[in-house]
Amino acid sequence: MAKELWKGNEAIAEAAIRAGCKYFFGYPITPQNEIPEYLSLHLPKIGGCFIQAESEVAAINMVYGAAGCGVRVMTSSSSPGISLKQEGITYMCGAELPAVIVNMMRGGPGLGTIQPAQGDYFQATRGGGNGDYRHLVLAPATIQEAADFVQLAFDLAEQYRNPVMVVADGMIGQMMEAIEWRTPEKRELPEKTWATTGTKGERKPNVINSLYIDPNLCAVHNDRLAAKYQAMEDAETRWEEVDTENCDVLFVSYGTPSRICRAAIRQLEKEGIKAGLFRPITLWPFPGKALKKAASQESVKAVVDVELSMGQMIDDVKIALEGCRPVSFIGKAGGVVPTPAEVAAAAKAAIGR
Amino acid sequence: MTNEIMIAGFGGQGVMAIGKSLAEAGMKEGKEVSWLPSYGPEMRGGTANCSVVISTDPIVSPIILEPTELIAMNLPSLLKFEPTVVPGGTIFVNSSIITEKVTRTDVKAVYVPCLDIANELGNTKVANMVMLGAYIQAMGNLGEETIKEMLVHMFTGPKAKLVDLNIEALRRGAACVK
Amino acid sequence: MAIVYQKSKGLTDAELHYCPGCTHGIVHKLVAETLEEMGVLGNTIGVAPVGCSVFAYNYFNCDMHEAAHGRAPAVATGIKRVSAPGTIVFTYQGDGDLAAIGTAEVIHAAMRGEKITTIFINNAIYGMTGGQMAPTTLVGQKATTAPMGRQKDHYGSPIRMAEIISTLEGCAFAQRVCVADMANLNKAKKAIQKAFKLQQEGAGFTFVEVLACCPTNWGKTPAASVEWLKENMIPYFPLGVYKDITTQEG
Repeated sequence: MAKELWKGNEAIAEAAIRAGCKYFFGYPITPQNEIPEYLSLHLPKIGGCFIQAESEVAAINMVYGAAGCGVRVMTSSSSPGISLKQEGITYMCGAELPAVIVNMMRGGPGLGTIQPAQGDYFQATRGGGNGDYRHLVLAPATIQEAADFVQLAFDLAEQYRNPVMVVADGMIGQMMEAIEWRTPEKRELPEKTWATTGTKGERKPNVINSLYIDPNLCAVHNDRLAAKYQAMEDAETRWEEVDTENCDVLFVSYGTPSRICRAAIRQLEKEGIKAGLFRPITLWPFPGKALKKAASQESVKAVVDVELSMGQMIDDVKIALEGCRPVSFIGKAGGVVPTPAEVAAAAKAAIGR
Repeated sequence: MTNEIMIAGFGGQGVMAIGKSLAEAGMKEGKEVSWLPSYGPEMRGGTANCSVVISTDPIVSPIILEPTELIAMNLPSLLKFEPTVVPGGTIFVNSSIITEKVTRTDVKAVYVPCLDIANELGNTKVANMVMLGAYIQAMGNLGEETIKEMLVHMFTGPKAKLVDLNIEALRRGAACVK
Repeated sequence: MAIVYQKSKGLTDAELHYCPGCTHGIVHKLVAETLEEMGVLGNTIGVAPVGCSVFAYNYFNCDMHEAAHGRAPAVATGIKRVSAPGTIVFTYQGDGDLAAIGTAEVIHAAMRGEKITTIFINNAIYGMTGGQMAPTTLVGQKATTAPMGRQKDHYGSPIRMAEIISTLEGCAFAQRVCVADMANLNKAKKAIQKAFKLQQEGAGFTFVEVLACCPTNWGKTPAASVEWLKENMIPYFPLGVYKDITTQEG
């Protein structure tokens, strides 16, 4: 298939349509506006519906209503807007509703900046909403992955009856790259017998709900959810390794900074230093076991965590490594991207060169 | 072989379009490409720039710190990015509105009176295409035919009449490069 | 044996948890009867709020969603916009839910002319959380968070939702009713019927505000509560039709 040049945000929107998503509810915020703009133009053409809601809070609750009816539905936003959507996300996890949520991350805290950042790692992986819930978090590093992962996200959401989040930094949303349109591997997806489509007088009412006022029932509900989250961990953990075999120093990075690491690896190679990259693709579940395996190689002297934040994923890196290797950090927050030279220097410092 | 091109100017000068055309043409010729814009409030009448990488190898980072080529459509862009160009690189200057010369001696300078030529062609909007023509002629990294094919795809229906004008703009730009 | 009274098929067999003298049960019945009479129970989806009627999803005999506090109109929007033509969607909300935390959601649903019906229970108090001040609490009325009574210079005067909603073009029908006696109960039933019928016809957003009693949190007997409602609430929240596109001229 011929390659096409796509802007990240538009590729994400088109990928949703190709995945069979006909409904989108959102609210404008930079740097993700091309997603709602694209869908506001194209969804009506396929008999779908786009609504610009009065707020992110309303948008995510429209998603909740639509998802409860069993349709494929998406919303997107950027960091401050995703904060507002947390209420709906925990309700959807509680009520077990499939939907896709895109966070095109920008710098924070507060209004921060509109430039690329990864300061929402904790929010995405720990849950910014209340309660013990989890959802898959996919982190593309290229436009090709952004297009692939959005399509995959719809399948994963339905397979596990759980929202799936796709997180990228603003740069992925704004840049253009050549991509090929591919369809995800076919999965057996469960029938949506729970959807509210009207009883037609033929079945008992379906109820979309996250309230279990009886503590014992609520405990059982949480146990069941935990088992589901465990199943996701077992089957859906994803990562990529680049030049990790026998490397002297191991970078851990996702999204845009993982690309900076690749440039740094080339620079270090010229200086005779063998560097590798471990790139988590699912931020939750975090590929901790695989990371420990890569870092435990005899050749690895140090692990360098690289993020567009002040250090959030590094907590997961340290938990995974259980102290087996020293972990250092280089990162910038607020929309500034470290240079390959800075990243390479951090690697050299970590191994005493 | 990798070209890392920084294209900068005022919003409205077609800076983003030059970049998109380069990326599209590179892709059509089977090369790896990326296009990364500056975005946000700076787009509103201020300076705009985009970074384009065209490479025979997979592109690791779309961020350009030291461009191999700079296309400066206005003076602030020349002043800001001239020092970043790699030694031996090329700077394309929109000499219709930039009267200053490139001060560095370790880079090649190409002066293109984009706006004057566009005015002669009767449409100021094609100034960016004049610059694109100069770039392709000077660098020889992209086929002229690829760009022309793209124009035919880009301008369809009532806009089809613009194809010839744009091709002429490319040709006039190329003629500026000796 | 002749049947003299039968519970509406629009209600499940679940036992209502409401306090004695509470209005919710009566309004549940009116909504359920209306849906049953219209023959639409099989293609109705209701949205329950957070508040005393949070368990409404257990009582209405149709597909239901439980919404986050105040978000019912947004949830209903999502439902209505993706559901098959002819699907009836309603929200059932209290005054804290609709007139405080969910003000934006209901106003914008009305502005868009969402073809849904909102039943608004206004009892001038937060019931489930235990008698805190509501945006509809009357000036001088005591609440657990307004122990000296609502002070106008501190909190302003109560919000009149039926009037506000009626100003929006997207609103097809807005009426304020009460169920304090049989005459008013019959009027309330007619208003609910009209709202659902207009929704079915695709007329726009339809809204019925029901003035309601909360004897428990008002600290009154059920009988005294009805009198208090008539003497205090109705003068401030006048009953009547605020919008009806079927009777408007032009």
